[in-house]
Amino acid sequence: MTSVGAATQEREGKPPESAGPVAVGVCSRSLGDRFFRGLTAFFALLVLMSVFGMLVTLLAGSWPALKTFGPKFLASKEWNPVTEQFGALAPLYGTVITSVIALLVGVPVSFGIALVITELAPRWLKRPIGVAIELLAAIPSIIYGMWGLFVFAPAFAAHLQPWLTEHIGSWPILGLLFEGPPMGIGMLTAGLILAIMIIPFMAAVMRDVFETVPASLRESAYALGCTTWEVVWRVILPYTRVGVIGGIMLGLGRALGETMAVTFVIGNAHDIHLSLFMPGNTISSTLANEFTEAVTPLYTSSLLALGLVLFVLTLIVLIISRLMLMKMRAREGERT
Amino acid sequence: MSLYARRRAVNWIGLSLSILATLFGLFWLFWLLWTLFGNGLRWIAPRLFLESTPPPGANGGLANTIVGSVILTIAGVGMGAPAGILAGTYLAEFGRTSRLGAVVRFVNDILLSAPSIIIGVFVYGLIVLRTGHFSGWAGAVALALIVLPVVVRTTENMMRLVPDGLREAAAALGAPSWKVTIVIVYRSALPGIATGVLLGMARVSGETAPLLFTALNNQFWSTDMSRPFPNLPAVIFQFAMSPYEDWQHLAWAGALLITVTILVINIAARMLLKRTRS
Repeated sequence: MTSVGAATQEREGKPPESAGPVAVGVCSRSLGDRFFRGLTAFFALLVLMSVFGMLVTLLAGSWPALKTFGPKFLASKEWNPVTEQFGALAPLYGTVITSVIALLVGVPVSFGIALVITELAPRWLKRPIGVAIELLAAIPSIIYGMWGLFVFAPAFAAHLQPWLTEHIGSWPILGLLFEGPPMGIGMLTAGLILAIMIIPFMAAVMRDVFETVPASLRESAYALGCTTWEVVWRVILPYTRVGVIGGIMLGLGRALGETMAVTFVIGNAHDIHLSLFMPGNTISSTLANEFTEAVTPLYTSSLLALGLVLFVLTLIVLIISRLMLMKMRAREGERT
Repeated sequence: MSLYARRRAVNWIGLSLSILATLFGLFWLFWLLWTLFGNGLRWIAPRLFLESTPPPGANGGLANTIVGSVILTIAGVGMGAPAGILAGTYLAEFGRTSRLGAVVRFVNDILLSAPSIIIGVFVYGLIVLRTGHFSGWAGAVALALIVLPVVVRTTENMMRLVPDGLREAAAALGAPSWKVTIVIVYRSALPGIATGVLLGMARVSGETAPLLFTALNNQFWSTDMSRPFPNLPAVIFQFAMSPYEDWQHLAWAGALLITVTILVINIAARMLLKRTRS
């Protein structure tokens, strides 16, 4: 009762009926209400400002490099701190290639996991599988990196790489991707570890959107005699296409910006090789390795410009992802 | 092969591959944990928690970095969580249908998935460049920026779960809307909001990339937040990449410590949420 009493005082003696639709905070007149609303709005704006601030900081910081090198910055693969020639092509190439490998491996696996959780697993098994996959996402990037460097890379070099060279290495065109010494570290290793890291994110989104499919759709397909696979492939997947693509883009956004795990295993060489066995570099690993070593202003500025490229790239991917997931959710709203 | 047999075969192959995919996913989790315990458990000793990081070849522990990480995490969550709760409150209570609400919600989702290294670079430009040196505070701000979107998201979702009837009942008793939010909505949504804060904490406990050029690292015992600050992830990075075996052992021990901490926080958060729901 005391709180109600205090509340009455706060309203400065206005009669209760004039408070109006206070309940959902549509209009509030008292000082306390205006203050509280303003306070929360300030912190909501802070979220906006921090993303905006990132863009501005990166732009301002990379301005000297962009002015010096111009559009050539994106096209040049030279990266020489001594002669102060910097180009983003090699790290950009590494970022894109490792992310593509991650998607090629990660998407089918995530799809399978989501399918098992929503369609196949018995009820008691659904939750444990879901939680285990989510724990995979909770393990920090640096742990993946250590494990990748000390455990996965040696095993990869000893077993899988010779096999790949032997069997696919002699194929025309495709074989070029699997040439070179089995060193363990390199673009392919980085891509595979990225795949493991983004699987939980994609699988979680796919599971969620699969569960939005109305039971009646599923059941009518089964009633027509479809197999489980046909139900998934011809009913669930077409229905959830937008959401699935949104989830894949979310995974891509993660893969593009992932830093520590990649830094451990990619080999850190400013080179562009066709072979996926060769060491390379990504934008994020370049930043992690060289940022504190950059001594000249132009060097730092070039690294910031790399950061800008990465930020813009992930921003585009994430915006597409969110728009698609929003579209999915809007359709779900229409249905109910 | 008849059409029927072919459809059966396709179904069987498809479903088997899906089950294989799930086993593939779980396989990595177990391999990772197996490696961590196998390599880390041996080096967990009291010395780890009592002595500071050694030069190569000498005995030592991780005490300074553990304390440093705890302080950084608390400072980061301490800044990020209140801001996130208030921003989430705006989205759930005042900005449900407003344009600002929609924009903030969208941008928050972007911030949630933004590469953490970019957040590090941003804080470097914002604080380190201006003050002229790396500092614990810069690291804490970077971590706060990572906690922020996690807490905003969960706070909004949890506050929206509180039925409007409760709000209206309180308002009908004459409570102003700020009081409705604080006394009624926060109280009902508290376990959910706490879950969000815990998840945010779990997320930043192992973050390395944003600390590399904000808090940097410190080999010595230090609790001065305005100086380069010792922290566990950066030390793991440095020690694991080093050629010295005793440093690598410490890195494994640290890696095990971090992972177990994060998994425990995660499971605690899940249990908290589950208990609230039931």
